[in-house]
Amino acid sequence: MLKEMVFAGFGGQGVLSMGTLIAYAAMKEGKEVSWFPSYGPEMRGGTANCMVNVSDEAISSPIDTEFDIAAVFNIPSLEKFEPKVKKGGILIWENSVIKKGPTRKDIHSYGVPAIRTATDKLKNIKVMNMVAMGALLKITQIVKKESVLTALKGTLPERYHHLLPLNRNALDMGFDLIKTK
Amino acid sequence: MGEIRLMKGNEALGEAAIRAGLQGYFGYPITPQSEVMEYLAQQEPHHNYVFLQAESEVAAVNMMYGAGGAGARVLTTTSSPGFSLMQEGISYIACAEIPCLFCNVVRGGPGLGTIQPSQSDYFQSTKGGGHGDYHTIVLAPNSVQEMVDFVYLGFNLADKYRTPVTILSDGAIGQMMEKVELPDPVEYKPDKPWATTGKTKDRERNILTSLYIQSEDMEKKNQKLQKKYEKIKQNEIRFDEYKTEDAEIIIVSFGLSSRVSRKSVDIGRAQGMKIGLFRPQTVWPFPYEKLREYADKDRVKFFISIEMNAGQMVEDVKLAVCGKKPVHFYGRMGGIVPDSYEVIEQIKKIKE
Amino acid sequence: MKKGYKLIYKRPQTLTKTRINYCPGCFHSTMHKLLMEVVEEMGIQEKTVGVCPVGCSVFAYNYMNVDMQEAAHGRAAAVATGIKRMLPDRYVFSYQGDGDLAAIGTAETLHACNRGENFTFVFINNGIYGMTGGQMAPTTLEGQKTTTSPYGRDPEKIGLPLKMAEIVSQFERVAYVERVSCNTPANTRKAKKALRNAFEYQGKKLGTTFIEVASNCPSGWKMTPEQSLKWLEERVFPYYPLKVFKKPDKKEV
Repeated sequence: MLKEMVFAGFGGQGVLSMGTLIAYAAMKEGKEVSWFPSYGPEMRGGTANCMVNVSDEAISSPIDTEFDIAAVFNIPSLEKFEPKVKKGGILIWENSVIKKGPTRKDIHSYGVPAIRTATDKLKNIKVMNMVAMGALLKITQIVKKESVLTALKGTLPERYHHLLPLNRNALDMGFDLIKTK
Repeated sequence: MGEIRLMKGNEALGEAAIRAGLQGYFGYPITPQSEVMEYLAQQEPHHNYVFLQAESEVAAVNMMYGAGGAGARVLTTTSSPGFSLMQEGISYIACAEIPCLFCNVVRGGPGLGTIQPSQSDYFQSTKGGGHGDYHTIVLAPNSVQEMVDFVYLGFNLADKYRTPVTILSDGAIGQMMEKVELPDPVEYKPDKPWATTGKTKDRERNILTSLYIQSEDMEKKNQKLQKKYEKIKQNEIRFDEYKTEDAEIIIVSFGLSSRVSRKSVDIGRAQGMKIGLFRPQTVWPFPYEKLREYADKDRVKFFISIEMNAGQMVEDVKLAVCGKKPVHFYGRMGGIVPDSYEVIEQIKKIKE
Repeated sequence: MKKGYKLIYKRPQTLTKTRINYCPGCFHSTMHKLLMEVVEEMGIQEKTVGVCPVGCSVFAYNYMNVDMQEAAHGRAAAVATGIKRMLPDRYVFSYQGDGDLAAIGTAETLHACNRGENFTFVFINNGIYGMTGGQMAPTTLEGQKTTTSPYGRDPEKIGLPLKMAEIVSQFERVAYVERVSCNTPANTRKAKKALRNAFEYQGKKLGTTFIEVASNCPSGWKMTPEQSLKWLEERVFPYYPLKVFKKPDKKEV
């Protein structure tokens, strides 16, 4: 089953690494994966995004036009990707910076206070993406939580490994933010 | 099974080169290929190759000439404007018959253009590029895995035919990450009796040159090169097909746009259209014969070339099809990647 | 050899038997011989790789009996860099004219020197483009007439002649820079000694070695060989003095 995903936000919010972790984790679970970034000047201060595909079969195009899952972290990204979520698809949006959420009724949308949780509860805005990741895993079950932690260990340079517990904490907190499903 | 990693196309290119026995890398930074340089710069202390950042692409390609001529396995990578600068050197390398591997991570042009992915260097890469009658073998990967495989293949073809080989990548293949299986490292043992390593007593001096001042000699040199190119055409054409067995409509596409087109095949088939994808993996030599076979089949209604340019490979498709069936073209320019649904819309328009 | 005769001079076997085609009186012939004598005397023929330029000495590989590569115009320093980086224990030299080294190839020259590439530049500076028929070079003297400066080189328009030996001696990693000539037997001996020094320093991996030859071009200058020697003394040496600009410390040597 092919899952087409996009992660979008400001450069520096960690959207590219969110996508990388999902791709890595899915690969470790034996899936076919592709990760395709926006790159160049766009990335420097502007809006960054990456498209991630996870599938049981060989992936045709790494570039998607419509998405099963979208996670957006700023207003321009919401405006850009809300219309591109497939009917019945999932839209996760950061609701402590985006005040006016999505309007579509034919998709499942979830407002997640990832930034507020990271700053208020974990005192570190950098793990915002891991909070969102936790929520995403709970909602979509796209990969296992353990696989993401393995992925984090595998992609993070060793000198940052002391940050692993903080990240795990953030992931758990995000996971628990979602009460349904 | 080799090591499995999630890698960017550009990094995979660097890693594959190391494993294939790279001895010298000479390059100049340019987006979107700089990750290759960065990767090789970072890995240099752990391996037995020389990494050198040149003062320009012009210098880099000539360092390739010197180092390749000294018998080493050498690589450079660049992107479109830089590749233009290297053309003079590639012409000399082709004539002096020095094995070198080039990778052009193509971005949109002309001029300074854009840093987004493009295929607008098809003509430059497949029809010569620099001055004089020559070709380089041109490999067009469409995945990170194929990037790795073509580095090995490219080095070997360069040695086998004493010729420059180009990997025609693009910004997207360079930047995207996919799962790759990395082959085991090879121990590179070159056999290059022609290399300029110092004239020993048991042989005449070796000279690497592209200068043949007498027309008769220059013609002879050209005939030798052309003979070699014929041999390459006979032995080294590579292509890949997807659902062409019963196809009535054949998409021809290479590199990244072939990935987009592969999805279009699935979308089209779900809507009842018998579409197939024909993908040249070598764009020089181009698989004319195989495409011609499809042109001869009654069931095949038309061809459509999908490219990220204004219509370059479509000329080769037309040469192959030779007027037997209609050949259409659809492409986007300036760094825009056509999407799979757009391709289907075009096909529907043609059908009407 | 006849009985009673002693061999005191012969063609070095590092030169091929091909008849040298340079114009009468041109220093290229002498410099080829000096360079190849040094290679022979040091016993390094098997370890020497040369790079030819584009210019009059484009066919140097026909005369020098060592492995050689022919570079594109101006790119000899980059080509030599490639060779030397792959074969660090070989003796590598580039043999270049002024158009090649100081006009179209200035960037490659300066960057190779700045990196301290451990090869030897043999720079034949004759102030003119000889091969293409006597056009203005970056080293053409002020007021000197050529086919593209028919009223004499005008510094207002094109600047003053480049002093490459002076320029490259500024680089930290350049070990040895000397300007020589072979207009007299004494200078010819000095030129050969300079080439020998350069190769020996290269063998000790001391950095870039750069020998500039204040050379002549009777054909391009439209002079007899004798007149060209007089021009060298009167006009060239005052602007391009023969001297050692830089040499390694005694303890390095």
